[in-house]
Amino acid sequence: MSIGHTLLGLLESGPRHGYDLKRTFDEKFGHDRPLHYGQVYATMSRLLKNGLVEVDGVESDGGPERKRYAITDAGITDVGAWLSRPEKPEPYLQSTLYAKVVLALLTGRSASGLLDAQRSEHLRLMRVLTDRKRKGDLADQLICDYALFHLEADLRWLELTGARLDQLAEVIAP
Amino acid sequence: MTPAGSLLAAHDLRKAYGSTPALDGASFSVHPGEVVAVLGPSGSGKSTLLHCLAGIVVPDSGTLTYAGRDLSGMSDAERSSLRRGDFGFVFQFGQLVPELTCLENVALPLRLNGVKRKQAARTALEWLERLEVDDTAAKRPGEVSGGQGQRVAVARALVASPKVVFADEPTGALDSLNGERVMELLTESARSAGTAVVLVTHEARVAAYSDRDIVVRDGRVRDPEFAV
Ligand SMILES: Nc1ncnc2c1ncn2[C@@H]1O[C@H](COP(=O)(O)OP(=O)(O)O)[C@@H](O)[C@H]1O
Ligand SMILES: [Mg+2]
Repeated sequence: MSIGHTLLGLLESGPRHGYDLKRTFDEKFGHDRPLHYGQVYATMSRLLKNGLVEVDGVESDGGPERKRYAITDAGITDVGAWLSRPEKPEPYLQSTLYAKVVLALLTGRSASGLLDAQRSEHLRLMRVLTDRKRKGDLADQLICDYALFHLEADLRWLELTGARLDQLAEVIAP
Repeated sequence: MTPAGSLLAAHDLRKAYGSTPALDGASFSVHPGEVVAVLGPSGSGKSTLLHCLAGIVVPDSGTLTYAGRDLSGMSDAERSSLRRGDFGFVFQFGQLVPELTCLENVALPLRLNGVKRKQAARTALEWLERLEVDDTAAKRPGEVSGGQGQRVAVARALVASPKVVFADEPTGALDSLNGERVMELLTESARSAGTAVVLVTHEARVAAYSDRDIVVRDGRVRDPEFAV
């Protein structure tokens, strides 16, 4: 899952401090694996260098300096491109796909469009595998079937999530 | 409004059962020899779409064009002769005639088209062989397994060289292995005969045998060919 894009997506709703970003990320996506501060700061300095975020202000309150980050226009474009680009179908995509759906809902983009694009991408690969299976020997068939069953499981998840978007939107409303 | 080169095209079909809209502005097209999967959740209107496309159900509104002819303007008799001559059907539960043998079932479409008994039986047997179920020839549908019955149904759908086969959940009642084999045989036979297939399914693995897919949701279809 792309931490850079996810943090960037979270910044779309307004500027935040690094600490605040980490907390929101952990709350929404980091149930099993919270981010380290180091990861957040390394990611933010990369995003800064690439012009996707900018420093919106620095506070110190007597303690150490705390930067507030804001997303740039290039950053917004980058989030949009990431959300609309289907993931390469492979097993165990759920955390990335889940993050994309949540961010699409949070940023007012089309979550059902994203799910549709992903479904097409999955089906495209399933066609290729089905074709390979048809032309191959038994070993090819078994290997392709393994992948096909996993992709089918992903598709069921996409379908179910599509049917629950309204519900999800309510749950994650900021 | 018909996409260029399409064999069968529907535009903005609407059909309601009482106050339930089963189709709510559905558009669709299939090219000669193309295998198109119609995907979508249960109750979304897939079967209704297939029935309208095949002229079994008359839509409340919308246009249907088959080989350049307007289907909605045809009489019932013209439509059923079109179904007999140009269309083949496979349903979820074979729907073979229980009183006839499997061979007679497969020969039936040829007989209805006026082919002589002997010739019809010969062609029917060839199709049973092709579908690897020639051992069912003398049996009645009640005496064969679900997988065999579906293969007999596929043979019957293809025997009269239709231009389009309509298949509604053809593997819905089969286990994975039999389902796969039926899909392989159906698509292979249709492709080599140049027959188009409209394949209704809610299973992605079955849809993966198609060249293209469309999704039906709440009676509406997204067909990229009609995309604005
Ligand atoms: N003959 C019928 N009489 C009444 N309602 C029907 C009939 N056929 C379909 N429907 C209704 O139309 C909707 C679409 O059904 P259908 O086309 O069978 O969907 P699908 O094949 O996708 O499961 C459903 O709400 C269904 O209950
Ligand atoms: Mg149905």
